[in-house]
Amino acid sequence: MSKMRYSGFKVIKEALTGHKGWTPAWRDPEPQADYDIIIIGGGGHGLATAYYLAKEFGQKRIAVLEKGWIGGGNVGRNTTIIRSNYLLDGNEPFYEFSLKLWEGLEQDFNYNAMISQRGILNLIHSDAQRDAFIRRGNAMLLNGADAEMLTTDQIKARYPFLNTDDARFPIKGGLAQHRGGTVRHDAVAWGYARGADSRGVDIIQNCEVTGFRIENGTCLGVETSRGFIGAKKIGCAVAGSSSRLMSKADMRLPMESHVLQAFVSEGLKPVLPGVVTFGAGHFYVSQSDKGGLVFGGDLDGYNSYAQRGNLPTVEDVCEGGMAIFPAFGRARLLRMWGGIMDMSMDGSPIIDRTHIDGLYFNGGWCYGGFKATPASGFCFAHLLAKDAPHPTATAYRFNRFEKGLMIDEKGMGNQPNLH
Amino acid sequence: MIIDHPLLGPRDAAEFTYMGDAKLIDRPDWQSDTAAQDFYEYGYLRDNPAGWHEELWFHEAGDRSWLVVTRNTVTHEISKVELARDVARAKGRSK
Repeated sequence: MSKMRYSGFKVIKEALTGHKGWTPAWRDPEPQADYDIIIIGGGGHGLATAYYLAKEFGQKRIAVLEKGWIGGGNVGRNTTIIRSNYLLDGNEPFYEFSLKLWEGLEQDFNYNAMISQRGILNLIHSDAQRDAFIRRGNAMLLNGADAEMLTTDQIKARYPFLNTDDARFPIKGGLAQHRGGTVRHDAVAWGYARGADSRGVDIIQNCEVTGFRIENGTCLGVETSRGFIGAKKIGCAVAGSSSRLMSKADMRLPMESHVLQAFVSEGLKPVLPGVVTFGAGHFYVSQSDKGGLVFGGDLDGYNSYAQRGNLPTVEDVCEGGMAIFPAFGRARLLRMWGGIMDMSMDGSPIIDRTHIDGLYFNGGWCYGGFKATPASGFCFAHLLAKDAPHPTATAYRFNRFEKGLMIDEKGMGNQPNLH
Repeated sequence: MIIDHPLLGPRDAAEFTYMGDAKLIDRPDWQSDTAAQDFYEYGYLRDNPAGWHEELWFHEAGDRSWLVVTRNTVTHEISKVELARDVARAKGRSK
């Protein structure tokens, strides 16, 4: 088991001795016959859950089962943005908790995740939007997050390439959260995996769950491509494929799976110091440390598990970009890809027990799952360890649709492709 | 994706708005004893399968007809396109 600590001193020492002292960051163990807790899904949320179960909640005998390789799903497919600029009481404390965990994460799991609090800016184009963003900013401040309204001149000074005088969408100001930013997304999966592994968690890759063994309303374990594995508690964290997995326990979920595309341009010199979002046209962009413009926009809008989208959405997203940053039209599109989102019926996630004893669920992250990774893992670990929801995640229940307690930030109703 | 409209022929999917699972045609009986539970399931729960899926597409930028499209959610292949009106009437609706 690797207990090696990474540090600047270690890098220099290895550089001088031929890099012969590095060891694998996590083991490749065979599955045991049974565990106390099994987490299905070796993505950001599943690995974070295992990490916090071992580190914060003192749990032992934990396994993470992943059908492919860890970090191969949405944690490696997103646009890497972190923020806590939500409005509603059910959401904002949770996302602010997540942002605070991000702020201490690299020290906590001793891994360089390149967390960069370069700030996020939501643009305003009308009086109504200004009112809505002032309200949202105040909700953020009430929940201990940071928020600042910026004038057009302040925005121009920071983003000189922005088209502030567009006839259709003139920029009248913006809501900034300076603590928001970007993260090296793959390193989040790797850092959590290494941290969990070093605390005894078995990370079992190429192990697909094919069914649940349920007797008398209790889940006793999972059938996998590598045989049956028993467990006292089983947590599912497979957002994107949640309906597919839970259908094996005869559950129907309040969600549809949708494809969301993301894009990267060729590398440019620094032009964009922070994250900018253009809600009116739905386009958001940041610049990676390698120089590529990383951007995205709307869902394609139809149910899909294909991890690739279609061209009309590419055109729509690029038009949104051209509307606010005409200069970016000179950059060429380098890569684009799709990820599959659990689009829930109110745009908010679920972290809850199921009606089956021993079976727990984490999913429905829509396209906001990446920023939630630390808090999602922490709160799911809390639920698994204590059988009670974490104080910041009490609203994320299955029964909220039945009870009329939706957490609908955009007020769109039960039309998942509009959230 | 190209949707082969029964009346208009092949049309770009961008002309349409996706409106969800075609099971939404089967609206529950509001007078049933189990209406509250039925409408909760109707409104909020979905099969969301990986594979063939019958779904509603609204030709918003076209003739404004509703279609039932049988499409594979893993490959985006479309195997069948019908007018939603015909599907609903075949189930005994609006006769």
